[in-house]
Amino acid sequence: MRVLFKYLKDYRKECIIGPLFKCTEAVLELIVPLVMAKIIDVGIPNGDTMYILKTGGEMIGISALGFGCAMICQYMASRASQGFGTQVRNALFKKINTFSDRELDRFGAGSLVTRITNDVNQLQVAVAMTIRLVSRAPFLIIGAVVMAMILDLKLSLVFLIAGPVVALALYLVMSRCVPLYKKIQKKLDRLATVTREELEGVRVVRAFSRQAEEKEKFDAITDDAARASEHVGRISALLNPLTFLVMNLAILAIVWFGGFRVDSGALTQGEIIAFVNYLTQISLALIVVANLVVIFTRAAASASRVSEVLSTDSSVTEKKNGFAQADLSAPAVEFQDVDFSIGAENILSGIRFQIHPGEMFGIIGSTGSGKSTIANLIERFTDATGGEVRVFGHNVKDYSFNEFRSQIGLVPQNAQVFTGTVRENLTMLRSDVTEEQLIAALKTAQAYDFVMERENGLDSVIEQAGRNLSGGQRQRLTIARALVARPRLLILDDSDSALDFATQQKLRTAIRRDLEGITVIVISQRVHSVRWCDQILVLDDGEAVGLGTHGELLRENEVYREICASQLDESEVAANE
Amino acid sequence: MSKRRLRRGGKKGIIRRLMHFTGPYKKFLIPALLACVIGVSLSLLAPVMVGHAVDYLIGPGEVQFGPVARYLIALVAVIVLSALFQYLMGILTNAVTYRTVRDMRKAVFARLNILPLKTLDAGERGDTINRVVTDMDLISDGIMHFFTQLFNGIVTVVMTLIFMFSLNIPLALVVVCLTPLSLLVSYLIAKKTGGKFREQADLRGEIGAFAEERITNQRLTRAFCSERNAQNTFEEINQRLYNCGWKAQFYSSITNPGTRFINAIVTAAVAACGGLLAVHAGGGMWAITVGELSSFILFANQYAKPFNEITGVVTELQNAYASAVRIFDTLDEQPESDDSALPALQMKQGNVRLEHVCFSYDKERPLIRDINLDVQKGERVAIVGKTGCGKTTLINLLMRFYDLDSGRILIDGQDVSHMTRDSLRAVFGMVLQDTWIFTGTVRENIAYGKPDATEEEIVAAAKAAHAHSFIKRLENGYDTMLYGDASRLSQGQRQMISIARVMLVSPPILILDEATSNIDTLTERRVQRAFDKMMQGRTSFVVAHRLSTIKEADVILMMDAGQVLEQGTHEELLAKDGAYARLYRSQFEGGGK
Repeated sequence: MRVLFKYLKDYRKECIIGPLFKCTEAVLELIVPLVMAKIIDVGIPNGDTMYILKTGGEMIGISALGFGCAMICQYMASRASQGFGTQVRNALFKKINTFSDRELDRFGAGSLVTRITNDVNQLQVAVAMTIRLVSRAPFLIIGAVVMAMILDLKLSLVFLIAGPVVALALYLVMSRCVPLYKKIQKKLDRLATVTREELEGVRVVRAFSRQAEEKEKFDAITDDAARASEHVGRISALLNPLTFLVMNLAILAIVWFGGFRVDSGALTQGEIIAFVNYLTQISLALIVVANLVVIFTRAAASASRVSEVLSTDSSVTEKKNGFAQADLSAPAVEFQDVDFSIGAENILSGIRFQIHPGEMFGIIGSTGSGKSTIANLIERFTDATGGEVRVFGHNVKDYSFNEFRSQIGLVPQNAQVFTGTVRENLTMLRSDVTEEQLIAALKTAQAYDFVMERENGLDSVIEQAGRNLSGGQRQRLTIARALVARPRLLILDDSDSALDFATQQKLRTAIRRDLEGITVIVISQRVHSVRWCDQILVLDDGEAVGLGTHGELLRENEVYREICASQLDESEVAANE
Repeated sequence: MSKRRLRRGGKKGIIRRLMHFTGPYKKFLIPALLACVIGVSLSLLAPVMVGHAVDYLIGPGEVQFGPVARYLIALVAVIVLSALFQYLMGILTNAVTYRTVRDMRKAVFARLNILPLKTLDAGERGDTINRVVTDMDLISDGIMHFFTQLFNGIVTVVMTLIFMFSLNIPLALVVVCLTPLSLLVSYLIAKKTGGKFREQADLRGEIGAFAEERITNQRLTRAFCSERNAQNTFEEINQRLYNCGWKAQFYSSITNPGTRFINAIVTAAVAACGGLLAVHAGGGMWAITVGELSSFILFANQYAKPFNEITGVVTELQNAYASAVRIFDTLDEQPESDDSALPALQMKQGNVRLEHVCFSYDKERPLIRDINLDVQKGERVAIVGKTGCGKTTLINLLMRFYDLDSGRILIDGQDVSHMTRDSLRAVFGMVLQDTWIFTGTVRENIAYGKPDATEEEIVAAAKAAHAHSFIKRLENGYDTMLYGDASRLSQGQRQMISIARVMLVSPPILILDEATSNIDTLTERRVQRAFDKMMQGRTSFVVAHRLSTIKEADVILMMDAGQVLEQGTHEELLAKDGAYARLYRSQFEGGGK
C-alpha cells in the first residue's frame, strides 16, 4: 500500500487545504442553527423586525461563505484525486512494459488491464472522498454532539444513544450486503461468460440443435442472479426505514425530555429546535460515513491489486553497466545446453546449436514441443533456467535490451497488428524510415499489392485487432513490419500458416532474394516451410532430436521422416531427396 | 446488429414496451406506488407532530405536558407506520425491478438463439454481450431509480407543497418562489457535468482500448524496443483524461454543497419571513406559531432535496432509455423463419446434390455463383482454393446457417429448405477450424451433442479421437473443468475434444474445416486415421490444405472467387493442366532446394 502514497506527494498542498476548507464549511454549518434560534428566541418575542431581517441576512452570509469554502475543497479534491490516478496509471503502464513473460503469465493480460482502468478509478474515488468527506463527516458528528452538550449536557445524552444505534444499524445492514454484492457480481460475470460462449459456439450449438438447453442454462443463471439481487435488496431496503425510525425516536426523546428542561427554565424553545436540527445533521453525516465504508472496502481491494503490480519487479533485468556491443561477424545465435522450465515442467532441455550469420535456420516440431520458447529466449522475453543463450557473440544478459533487440526482427505467432494506419503499424519501431523503405518491405513481404489496392494505401486504417484484414494479410503485414526495422536477424514464428500455397512460395523466394546476408530463423510445423533452410532443428517434447539439412534428416532422422510422411506423400519425399 | 432500424412507436413505444415487461408484476407495482405515497406522506407528517409538540414547550413553568404527550404518541404511530410502508415499498420495487430485468434478459437470450447467423455474424460479439449484461443492468438501475427517487421525489414535492400550504400560505409562496433557483442550479450543474462525463467516458474507453491492445501484445513492444513510444502515447491519452476528468469530477461535486447552499437560503428566507409573520400577523389567518415555523423549515428542506435527485435521475433514466433502445433493437431483429410446421428430413442414403446454388453475403457483391454438384453416398469431397474463395461459405450453406439466394440443396432428393433445420443439422457432423470449448467439464464438452451418452460411449469417442490419453493425464480426468478460453488446453487438444464430440454422435455426413491443421504432426496422423475410418461409408466434405486428404478425395472442388473452376479427381485435374495443376505445382514442386 505504501508504494501508492508517493503518487500523492505532488498533491500534498491539495490534501491539506482541501480538508481545512471543508472543516471551515462544517463549522459555519454548525453555527447556522444557533443563529436561527436567535430569531425565534430574541426576534419574535421582542417583535424586532430589523433584528429578524438582519439575522436572516447573517444566515445567508454564513451559508455563502460555507459554499465558497466547499467549492475550494471540491476543486482541490478533484485536482488531487485525478492527478493521483493519472500518475498511478502512467506508473503502472511503464511497469507493465518492463515485465517478462513470467510476470505477464502470472498476472494475465486481462487482469492487468482491469487494474490499470477499474482499480485506479476506484482509488481515485477513494482519494476524492477522503479529501471531501473524511474530514467533514466525523467533524460534523462530533461538532453537533459538542454543540448539543454545550446547550444542554443532560439532553445531549439522547445523541450519545441514538448515534451508536444508527451506526450499528448501518453496520449490520452494510456488512450483510457487501459480500452479497460480490456474489451477485460473480453471477453477472457468469452470465457474460455464458452469453459469450453461446455467441462463439453458435455454429456448434445449432449443429447439435442444442438451443433449448443453452437457453435453459442461461435462464437458470439469470433466475439465480435475480433471486440473489432480490435477496440483497430486501436487506438493503431496511436501511432507510431503520435510520428514519431511530432518528425520529431520538427527536421524540428530545422533545419530551427537553420539555422538562424548558419547564425548569434550563432551555428555551428555540434551543430545542436547534437540538432537532443537530440531530438531523448527525443522521445525514452517519449515512455519509456508511457510504465511505463501502467505498473504502472496495478501494482497499483495488489498492492491494495495484500495488501488487507496482511492487513486482521483472525477473529479466538489464545489467547495470558495461553493456556488450553486438559483433555481427560472430555466430548470430548460439544455444549452449539451454534448459528452460516453468515450475516443475521442463519446456526445453539441453538445447545446443549455432547459427552462422546469413544462414537460414529452420526449427520444426509439433505444437508444444518448445519451438516458440526458443524465439522467446533469443528475444530475452524470459531467461533460460540453465545454459547460455548467445546472440551476435555475447550472452543476451550482457546487452542492454535495446542493443540486441534492435538487431532482431520478430514476426510472432498470431500476427498481431495494432489499431491505426498501415503506416503507423510499419513504423512503430522506427520513425526515420523513408517511403521507399516501407514499399520495399511491403514488397518483400508480399503485402504491397493488397495494401495498395485499399483506397488510402499506406494510410488505410486497420481496425482493432486487424478485423478488417484476413489472417494472411495480417501475417504479411507483420512480416513487413519486422523488415522495416532492417534487422540483422529475422525470426519468423509460424508466420506463413494462413497464406495460400502460391503466396507462401512467392514469400520464400522474395526473402531469399531481398535479405542477402541476414540471418533468418523459420519456426514451423510444416515441412514445406522449413525444408529449404541451411539447417533444420527437429524438436520433440522439448528436446532436440535432430539437426541437419532436409536431405540428411530424411535419411537419418526417424521423427523428421514421420513428420514428412504425414504431410507429403511417399513419391514427394523421394523426389526431394 | 443493425442500429439504424425504425423503432416501433418511437419514445413512447419504448416505454410502453418496457411496461409490457413490467406487466406481470402489476400486483407488486400498484401496491408499491401506494406504499410510496403513504410512506412519504406519513414521513412528512412527523415534523408536523414535532412542531405541534414544540408549540407547547412555551417557557419555564408553562410547558403543557398533556398535549405534548398526545402529539408524541401520534408521532410514534406516524413514524412506525411510515417506516413500515417505506420498507414495503423497497421490497416491492425490488421485486418488480429484478423480475422485469430477469424476464427481459431471458427474452434477449431467447432471441439470440433464433436469430439467423447472418445477423449474429454481422454484430460485434462484445457489443451483444454488453446488451445482455451491462445494458440490462442500466435498465435495472433506471427502473429502480424511477421508483425510489423520481416517483418518490415527485410524491415528496407534491405532499410537501400540500403540507406547507395548509400550514401557512404566504410562507409556502415564499418557498415556491425560490424553487426556480434550485432548479436553475441543478440544471446548470447537470448540463456542465453531463457533457464532461460523456467526454470522460469516451476517454476512459480510449485509454482502456489502448491499454488492452498494448498489454496483450506487450512482447511486441519489447521486441521492437518501443516502450518509450507506447509510454508517450499512453501518457498523452492519460493527460487528456486528466484534463477532462478533474473538471467532470469538480462540476459533479458541486451538487451537494450547491444544494446545501440553496437550502440554507430557503431556510433563512423562511425563518426571516416566518419571524416577521409571527410578529406582525397577529392572530390573523397568516399567523404562525414557533412550532409551525420549525416544521415549516423542515418541510422547506425536504422540498428542495428531490429537485437535485430528480436531475440526477434524469441522466440515469437517459442511460436506461438508451439501453432499452438497444435491447429492443435486438428483440426486433428478424428471427429465422419458423420451421416447426415443416416435416423432418428423412435420412436414407446420404446423397447430396447442389443445383444452381447462388449466394452472397452482400447483395452488391455476389460470391457463390451457380454451383452444381452431385455427391453420392460415401463419397469424399475435398474443397480446395485460396483464402476467401468461398470454402467456408459452402459449409455455411450446407448446414443452412445461411439461406441460399437461389438454387436448391437436396439431401436424398429432399429440398433442405422445406425441412426443419434441426433435422437437417442432425445429419451433419461438423468440426470447424475455430474450436469451441465451453465452461464445463471435459465430459460435458464431449457429450455436448448427446447428453445422455454413457461413460463407455464417451471414453470410446475420446479414444477414437486420440483424446483419451491426454484427458487421463489432466488432474481430474474427464471431470476436469474447462473454461471458455481453455488456456489449459493446447489448440490441438481443443480440436481433439471437438472431434470426440462429433465421433460420439456419429452422424451420416461429415463436414471438416481444416479440422486437423492445429494438431501436432504426430497426433495428426493418428487422428487422420481415425477420421479416415469415420469417413468410411459416410459422405464427407473436407476443406483441405493437406495433400493426402486432397489426393484421396473422390471429388476435388477447385474454387476461386465463389465459383467452382474445376471439378474432378486428382489425376483428372492434373491431366487437365489448369488451375489445380498450377496450385499443386507451386506447393509441392519447385520449393525444394
